[in-house]
Amino acid sequence: MTLSVSDVKRVADLAYIEIDEDEAKETLIQLSGIFNLIETMQAVDTSTVEPMSHAQSVVQRLREDAVTETDQRELYQSIAPQVEAGLYLVPQVIE
Amino acid sequence: MFNASLKQLSLQLTEKKISSTELTTEFLKRIKALNPEYNAFITVNEELSLAQAQAADKMRASGQAGPLTGIPIAQKDIFCTKGWLTTCGSKMLSNFVSPYDAGVIERFNQAGAVNIGKTNMDEFAMGSSNETSFYGPVKNPWDHAAVPGGSSGGAACAVAARLAPAATGTDTGGSIRQPAALCGISGIKPTYGLVSRYGMIAFASSLDQGGPMAKSAEDLALLLNVMTGFDPRDSTSLQRDAEDYARDLQKPLAGLRIGLPKEYFAEGMSKDVENAIEKALDEYRKLGAQTVEVSLPNAPLAIPVYYVLAPAEASSNLSRFDGVRYGHRAKSYGDLADMYRKSRAEGFGAEVKRRILIGTYVLSHGYYDAYYIKAQKLRRLIAQDFAEAYKQCDIIMGPTTPTVAFNLGEKSGDPIQMYLSDIYTSAANLTGMPAMSIPVGFGDKNRPVGLHIIGNYFSEAQMLNVAHQYQLATGWHLQSPV
Repeated sequence: MTLSVSDVKRVADLAYIEIDEDEAKETLIQLSGIFNLIETMQAVDTSTVEPMSHAQSVVQRLREDAVTETDQRELYQSIAPQVEAGLYLVPQVIE
Repeated sequence: MFNASLKQLSLQLTEKKISSTELTTEFLKRIKALNPEYNAFITVNEELSLAQAQAADKMRASGQAGPLTGIPIAQKDIFCTKGWLTTCGSKMLSNFVSPYDAGVIERFNQAGAVNIGKTNMDEFAMGSSNETSFYGPVKNPWDHAAVPGGSSGGAACAVAARLAPAATGTDTGGSIRQPAALCGISGIKPTYGLVSRYGMIAFASSLDQGGPMAKSAEDLALLLNVMTGFDPRDSTSLQRDAEDYARDLQKPLAGLRIGLPKEYFAEGMSKDVENAIEKALDEYRKLGAQTVEVSLPNAPLAIPVYYVLAPAEASSNLSRFDGVRYGHRAKSYGDLADMYRKSRAEGFGAEVKRRILIGTYVLSHGYYDAYYIKAQKLRRLIAQDFAEAYKQCDIIMGPTTPTVAFNLGEKSGDPIQMYLSDIYTSAANLTGMPAMSIPVGFGDKNRPVGLHIIGNYFSEAQMLNVAHQYQLATGWHLQSPV
C-alpha cells in the first residue's frame, strides 16, 4: 500500500487536525514506515477466525433508567474555555 | 525511611513512630530538592497533600486505619483528581483542573492514602520513553543520560529515586512494565477489568488498565488490594468477589511450571538482557520450579496488531478534545470546524497526532476490513496461542524489554524503533492477561533488567507469590540508584 500527501491531508481533515504542507510531507514519511510494519499482518491467513474486540467476553450491563447525576453545571463550566449564561460558546453554526 | 517498604511504613505509622504528616513532609522535601533534576512530577501541591496527611493521622487516631492509611502515593497524571491539575502530559489539558475523582483516586482516598503529587508521563500515555510529554522528559535515576521508559516514566522514576514509596501507572501496551523494567522497580498490569477505568483518561479503552508500581511484589499486593474492585461507572469493570492479593505470597514454588516462549528468546533480545534473564531463571530452578519451552507463534505480530487497534481506539477517544467544554482552545479561529482543527493542532503533540491519523485511516471507508478487522482476528489468534501455552505451564516468563534503557533522544526521531521496545509487553494487553515486571539484575552501562512474568487470567496472587519468592531469595529489588 502506498500513501500519498493527499491521503495524509484527507485523514487529517477527517480527524479535525490542521496540517500544513511541510507537516503533511513529514507525516507521510513516518506513516509509510509504520504502515510497512502493519502490513506484516497480511502474511497470516485469518479467513476462518472471528474478530476479537475485547479481552473479556462480557455483556453490557443494564441499569435502572434513573437519574444518578446531580447538577454540577457551574463546577463543570468553571473550566470551560468560553461560557455565557450557563451555555458553552462556540462560533456561530446556523446563519 | 525512603527505602522502607509499605509494610514497614505502615507499621511505623501504627506504632506512632512517625505521623503521616511527618512522613508526607519528608517526601515533599525530597521531591522539592530532587524533582528539578528528575522531572518525575508535573504537579506537587503541598497544601492538598498535607491536608490528606492530617486527615490520615486523624483516621489512625480514631482506629479506622487500613494498611495504606497515611502513606504517600504518587498518582500518574492520567487519573482525574478533584481539585488537582490533571494534564495527561498534554498541552491540551494543561489548564484542566479536574472537577471529579477517578475511581482509582476514590479508592486511595477511602483507604486514607496521601496523594503526594501527579507524575509525568508520555502525552496521553502514547510513548515508551516519557519524551512525548508536554512537560519534558524524565531522567532515569540509574543513569541520567537514559530514558526512564514510558508511558509511566515519572511514576517509575519517582519510585526508583525514592521520591515516593509507591505509585500508580497505567498500561496499554507496556506502560507500567517497560518503565518498571528500565528503572529497576516492580510493576503489575492486572487482568483487564479489575481496576476501574472511570476517570482514567482513555487512550485505547479495550487495552487500558491501571496498576501499581512499587519497590517489591509484597508492596504491589497491598496496593492491588486497594486499587481493584467493581465500579459500575466503568462499562467493562468486572464484578468479582474481593481478593487478598497477598494471600499466597509465602507459598513455596516447588513444582511450578514456567513456560518460556521460544519466540521471546529469539533474535532481538540483547546479550546483556539475556544473561540477566537466564540467571533469574536459574534462581527459579533453585527454588524448585521447572522450565518448559512453549510457543506463541503469532506473538511477533503483537506490535503490528497493537498499532492498528490502539490508534483506532485512540482516534475515537481523543475526538472529545475539541476545545469546547474543557482543555485548550486556539486563540484565533474562523468557523466551528476551524476552531476544532486549530485547537487540536495546537493542543496535541506530534506522536499523539500521528496515532490519531493512523487510527482515523484504519477506520476509514475502504480500509476497515483490511486493517481493523484483520487486527482483531489476529488478536484472537494471539489469545489462542496463550491459551494453548497455559496447557503446558502455570506461568510464562521472558524479558520485559529487548534492551536496557536507551539514551534520551536515541529513539525519539524514529517511531518504529520506539514501538519495538514494547515487543514483549503488548500481547498481554491484547489478550487482557495480567503481566508484571520485576528487577533481576543489570545489563550494559549498569542499567536495570526486568523479568516479565505473564499469568493466566486472574492469577495475580500467584504471580505475586512467584515474584515475592524470588525477592526473598535475591536482593535486586533492594538495590537503589540513590
